Amino acid sequence: MEPILLFPDPVPPELAQALDLAGYPWKAAADEATADREEPDDGWAGAIVCAHVEPERAFALCRALRKRDAPLEPVLLLVSGTQLGDLELREDLFDDFCLAPFHPRELEARLKHLFWRTGQGTRPELIEYGDLVLNLETYQAAIAGKPLDLTYMEYELLKFLSSHPGKVFTRETLLSRVWGYEYYGGARTVDVHIRRLRAKLGEGHAGLIQTVRSVGYRFGQSRWSL
Amino acid sequence: MERQQDYVLRTVEERGVRLIRLWFTDVLGQLKSVAISPAELENAFEEGMHFDGSAIDGFSRVQESDALAKPDPNTFELLPWGSGSEISARMFCDILSHDGTPFEGDPRQVLKRNLDRAHERGFSFMVAPQMEFFYFANADPSQPLQPLDTGGYFDLTTADVASDLRKRTLLVLEAMGIPVEYSFHEDAPSQHEIDLRYTDALTMADNVMTFRLVVKEIAMEQGAFATFMPKPLAGVQGSGMHTHMSLFEGDENAFHESGDPYGLSKVARGFIAGLLHHSHEITAVTNQLVNSYKRLIAGYEAPVYVTWARNNESALVRVPVTKRGKSSSTRIEYRSPDPACNPYLAYSVMLAAGLKGIEEGYDLPPETTANVFEMTPEERAAEGIRPLPQSLSDALDVMEGSELVAEALGEHIFEWFLRNKRSEWMDYKSQVTQFELDRYLPTW
Repeated sequence: MEPILLFPDPVPPELAQALDLAGYPWKAAADEATADREEPDDGWAGAIVCAHVEPERAFALCRALRKRDAPLEPVLLLVSGTQLGDLELREDLFDDFCLAPFHPRELEARLKHLFWRTGQGTRPELIEYGDLVLNLETYQAAIAGKPLDLTYMEYELLKFLSSHPGKVFTRETLLSRVWGYEYYGGARTVDVHIRRLRAKLGEGHAGLIQTVRSVGYRFGQSRWSL
Repeated sequence: MERQQDYVLRTVEERGVRLIRLWFTDVLGQLKSVAISPAELENAFEEGMHFDGSAIDGFSRVQESDALAKPDPNTFELLPWGSGSEISARMFCDILSHDGTPFEGDPRQVLKRNLDRAHERGFSFMVAPQMEFFYFANADPSQPLQPLDTGGYFDLTTADVASDLRKRTLLVLEAMGIPVEYSFHEDAPSQHEIDLRYTDALTMADNVMTFRLVVKEIAMEQGAFATFMPKPLAGVQGSGMHTHMSLFEGDENAFHESGDPYGLSKVARGFIAGLLHHSHEITAVTNQLVNSYKRLIAGYEAPVYVTWARNNESALVRVPVTKRGKSSSTRIEYRSPDPACNPYLAYSVMLAAGLKGIEEGYDLPPETTANVFEMTPEERAAEGIRPLPQSLSDALDVMEGSELVAEALGEHIFEWFLRNKRSEWMDYKSQVTQFELDRYLPTW
């Protein structure tokens, strides 16, 4: 699946986390020009626009996306309760909206429904990297067909890393995107889980997760060494 | 939460798990388990599983004995023994009262409460225990104990039963997500040590519970017997659970300070001072058996006096030398606990003592570099060096007067523990031992 366009940049962390957990790829853009420049070859899968953060620019972006030769759909708008009046006469700018603060489950359900209606693929069901396969439907991970016994957090960490191969993440980023809450272990929790994950991946595959000195961790090959 | 439960439910289905073991711990630190079928799992997540708490040590209260075990989906792990139709998994539980409030007798929630307190001050508490234990060929207390090997410290014994046992134990631990840092043969015959790699204290307490089961389970598979009894054999080293500890603030080790000659921050100094100051009060919890005090004697590398030092194996608190540039590994080692303690309660009181030292800004006394065992009692008194409690009874006397321990454990566990342990002491005291017969019968 192509990434979903998100506005604004940076994206509210709870939105980024909800999409990561639900397995949707995304990319943030601060304005229309960036959205055009960064657009993947096959086009954006859709857009989620946070009107509760920057209302004026948000609506302007929606308008621009709809005015294209091939209007971008679906567009999901996030609005606060006090903004409901602003939706009037703007019905053409979005396909659905969700009240912010949103419930992650509701957001997920609305996206699923929107993508179904616009006939686009739903979220990817498999992540594959070499002989590692993650089935997002059943939460199962396997290497060369042999299932891995993972705890929930180990699975989520592996899912997050393997869906962004080659990218380096700091411990703080991993903590906020994968855990999303302060666990008893704080940032050190990440190191502990990485070590456990490597042990479970086994000697032949422990190297899939690399330590990037004084920065954090990277899954798979560096983008630059390819 | 919902997603984590979903993960567990799907995994149980996908992997064909037949039995889910719900684990929890009684006040004395014994692992309890109730097995449920996958069909019950969803209900267990939503409502918890009812059980009669009055049969569990430390849970009983006259009016209200019904309790609920609510599994923590984060701790879901497939058990690496059994196969085919036998696949089972485990989860640790929090124990709730009927109204959904935390059950006062649940040690796991005692630790959570203490960790929350540390967290309010911005600290994460990391621990790494060094687990010592013995393998014996038999488990019958009426027979003389037979060690499995006669190796010594770091000995690489040839393909003997004990080193095979240890190797297999390591594999199972790693498979269960419990990373091991070192494992080796200890001083005494048939004594072994496995050092667990640091993690947050709650996960580690769960790990210690799992560890003790795994070690015993695998010994039993091979017809041997493993014990965490602190001093099973007189005349050789006992088994300790030296515990390395550090506090982290976010990504930073709060114990580290590069300018300091010891590499220790103010936080670390306060923590050590707190541990030393309150060590008497918490000893009944870290060393809870009558037998524990037979380990804490001179001559067997166990701490006897309340001191701290960098390179002094007789010290109660040791500050290990860290490799240059490895600021994150700055830590302290508390050497009195033994592996027969309840890890949830032991970590709770150790943390509480350390935090108290930080809060109150206790002064850290000077390092003790001399061998305390070679000093005369007068010299020790002059240096202000006090011994640890000499018996369970002594330790209980000090604990009874401790506000720190009462607060850390909560009123219910505090009182139950004292009552239970007093009665253990009375049982012991009413015995006439072989020692007494040998020593007194001929002469009196």
